[in-house]
Amino acid sequence: MAVTTAPAAALGAYAARRERRKAIAYGVFFLLVAAAIFVLFVRNSAPGMESTFKLNPATRERVIEVPDLVVPTRETLLVLAGLAGLLGVYQVVRGFRRVVLVLGLVALMFVAAFLVWAVRDKSINLLGIFTFAVAAATPIAFGAMSGVMCERSGVINIAIEGMMLTGAMMAVIVSSVTGQIWFGLLAAVLSAGVLGVFLAVMAIRFRVDQIIAGTAINIFALGITSFISQRFLQPIPALNSGGVFPKVAIPGLSQVPLIGPIFFNQTPIVYLLFLTVILIHFMLFYTRWGLRTRAVGEHPRAADTLGVNVFKIRYVNVIIGAMIAGIGGAYFTIGSVGRFDEAITAGKGFIGLAAMIFGRWTPFGGFGAALIFGFSDALQAKLQVLGKAQVPIPTEWLLILPYLITMIVLAGVVGRTVAPAADGKPYVKE
Amino acid sequence: MTPVLELRNITKRFPGVLANDHINLTLEEGEIHALLGENGAGKSTLMNILYGLYHPDEGEIYIRGQRTQINGPTDAIRQGIGMVHQHFMLVPVLTVTENVMLGNESVKGLVLDRKAVAARIREISQRHGLEVDPDVRVEDLSVGVRQRVEIIKVLYRNANILILDEPTAVLTPQEADDLFEILRSLRSQGVSIIFISHKLREVLALADRVTVIRRGRVVGETPTKDANQAMLAEMMVGRRVALTVQKPPAKPGEVVLAFKNLKVLDNLMHLAVNGASLEVRAGEIVGVAGVQGNGQTELVEALTGLRPVQDGTITIAGKDVTNASPRVITECGVAHIPEDRQEDGLVLPFPIHDNLVINTFYHPPFANGWVVNHEAIRQQAERLVQEFDVRTPSAAVPVATLSGGNQQKVIVAREMSRPIKLLIANQPTRGLDVGSIEYIHRRILEKRDQGVAVLLVSAELDEIMGLADRIAVMFKGKFTAVVDADEVSKEQVGLMMAGSSLEEALAHAPKPVSKEREIVT
Repeated sequence: MAVTTAPAAALGAYAARRERRKAIAYGVFFLLVAAAIFVLFVRNSAPGMESTFKLNPATRERVIEVPDLVVPTRETLLVLAGLAGLLGVYQVVRGFRRVVLVLGLVALMFVAAFLVWAVRDKSINLLGIFTFAVAAATPIAFGAMSGVMCERSGVINIAIEGMMLTGAMMAVIVSSVTGQIWFGLLAAVLSAGVLGVFLAVMAIRFRVDQIIAGTAINIFALGITSFISQRFLQPIPALNSGGVFPKVAIPGLSQVPLIGPIFFNQTPIVYLLFLTVILIHFMLFYTRWGLRTRAVGEHPRAADTLGVNVFKIRYVNVIIGAMIAGIGGAYFTIGSVGRFDEAITAGKGFIGLAAMIFGRWTPFGGFGAALIFGFSDALQAKLQVLGKAQVPIPTEWLLILPYLITMIVLAGVVGRTVAPAADGKPYVKE
Repeated sequence: MTPVLELRNITKRFPGVLANDHINLTLEEGEIHALLGENGAGKSTLMNILYGLYHPDEGEIYIRGQRTQINGPTDAIRQGIGMVHQHFMLVPVLTVTENVMLGNESVKGLVLDRKAVAARIREISQRHGLEVDPDVRVEDLSVGVRQRVEIIKVLYRNANILILDEPTAVLTPQEADDLFEILRSLRSQGVSIIFISHKLREVLALADRVTVIRRGRVVGETPTKDANQAMLAEMMVGRRVALTVQKPPAKPGEVVLAFKNLKVLDNLMHLAVNGASLEVRAGEIVGVAGVQGNGQTELVEALTGLRPVQDGTITIAGKDVTNASPRVITECGVAHIPEDRQEDGLVLPFPIHDNLVINTFYHPPFANGWVVNHEAIRQQAERLVQEFDVRTPSAAVPVATLSGGNQQKVIVAREMSRPIKLLIANQPTRGLDVGSIEYIHRRILEKRDQGVAVLLVSAELDEIMGLADRIAVMFKGKFTAVVDADEVSKEQVGLMMAGSSLEEALAHAPKPVSKEREIVT
């Protein structure tokens, strides 16, 4: 039955009261953040302390130098706490129209306060954190792009993890044997693509539950790669030394202060990611293939009645999506450490899926979410380097905190996410 | 003159069913040809064959005298055939432009040429009076406008044979009239139209010719100027059908159901019922008229204990049942014919006899304390299947195997076979054919005359006009008018359903002329 629009009575007294309660809850949360900055950070810092953030690459290839950012610790923290408090008061009294953006801002202020406090009387290379964040975000973002490709056409792909793992291993083997690192990348793409064919046939042709089919692929990939790793890769080093893509600075762009070193002095796999994100966005929203993909993911029968081949679109998308996951897999071996270890992907495929959802099934959204996850990784690594005396928090908690903030921000900023309507539903032709 | 389209001896078998049995159909250029038949008669199957969604087992299709194979929608579209499906084939999150071009996209290089398509849509909408904004998302459009988008989709593909499958089922009377205007205008421009319907009045008002199908076979074909309702109904059902109800005046008694200032939320936590008040007396039928989505569903769910009440009170036979459990309400003598019979009315995999006691199984004689008496349940089922004319091989078959009309009869049998004071019927005849509609209407009237208070909710204005003694118009969660059924015309109620006040409606629309009640058209 067709949906008629909700009556205008929708904004009655009850709805208004509920909106108001929600607005106040946001305000109280902002005030709590302000209080937390004060209690946790301001009170644990002394007057006269300074926090130093270096904004130039640690290596020597810098061209245009930027002065380091030095701020007085206590005063900065007080300002941040005060700002968060003001935002909270305004939110309680009047209420912001776009409160989710303010929520993001407040969360950002908390992270900033945490950083300022953590490096009191010390220095940290902020640029290094961001550069590392982009690298750490790369496989997650490839996972998210793989998910976008599959789910936009209506097939859930939770096998991204398994596809990445397989891609990671095949990349290192082929690269080791041939000595050609690009062949390694190609092997990763093709091997993940084979798993994609398998998922596609199971999900589209045989209409197997897609979660179960995906889980089967994940278990299979984990088993087979662990076996090959133990049996061949660990004992025979010649099979497990594929080399690493070198960093390639893009002339010109890499010399732009701040942005350059972060985005444009990376490995080719990272550049491939940028291209993939832009290309998927363009394809999805501006081309015939994209329109058909979105239609098939939302209402396959409608597309079918207009002569669109639902099955063909889904096969193509799932297989290409799998190949993209393969590139993400290659990052783990030939994109960073050059060798394969058991379960080297460590759940990044699943995090990629989370990034896709947070990014509302859009390429740029997924990429942005992946960057935040990558930043969490980088931050936690750097804070551990600062040492226990400086950051008296157990490492495990440090690992959790950035993710926690990420969740809060994204849940607030993104709000309710809506998957493609036919996501995960097999299509049966009449 | 060669007909635009000719179907010869089309036969289609499904496992156990002969859906189309050597059907012949001829469509002339520039005519509106109605395909009339009960639900399950095989109309939609035939049209799906024509549109290439099914393949016929036998028979031939000729288009402009040329024998044609239609293997899929693409072939149909290429042959100039366009179809507006009963359930709209639109992608809600896409814009009108995107929906229209889907499958037949204009591109500039690689990029979709949205501007060109939008311009084409504007041109088509101007030429045919199909007003719509190409840049709006379909999910933001009303049902009537969505249907226009469907028609534009077909015209965009230059179709000259247009098939409409039950197009008025989801429309208000005004929207239906607009649709008919559009179809007439298309006809005058040479488009040939097949109009599928089971509503006699529509067919007579719109079509040039009508072909009647019963149980997969063509039982007759006639120009509509030579036809009348009684004749078509008889052809369609295969026996004489009473098209009007003999309805003695109501003798209202005590107030049985009363609710005051009721407020109920919908699933999205919006206020769907916003301060509705009404009284229903013993021995009268109060019809709730309204376009779907104005709070009727939530109102009925609140009255039957299926949805919490935020504010206001409900009393049934003097007892306060606000937010009481469904069982308490049932025990007060309330019968409920739910809107979605398969979702809320029946347990589909259960046999008929269990479905018949699903609200009384814990009472003697069906149970003695803890133990269920299967024999008593079976005996009662045998009796009710007889009495309520449920067509089934046995009462032990799963209720899912019955047709829609017979499923509804099972519900009616269950709800009416026990002593009740109040009957709440929500869309009791939705999707049913003339024969079943007639039957259910008779049963509802019988209950009224036995002194039961009846609250009838229906999107079919004809049903409300035919059965109700009083009409309550529901608009945006409130009753905007409660009037005696004899004092208003259908057009006036239609205006109020669209938001006019009682005064405006009485001033503008034609007054009631005929007291004849057509309830099954």
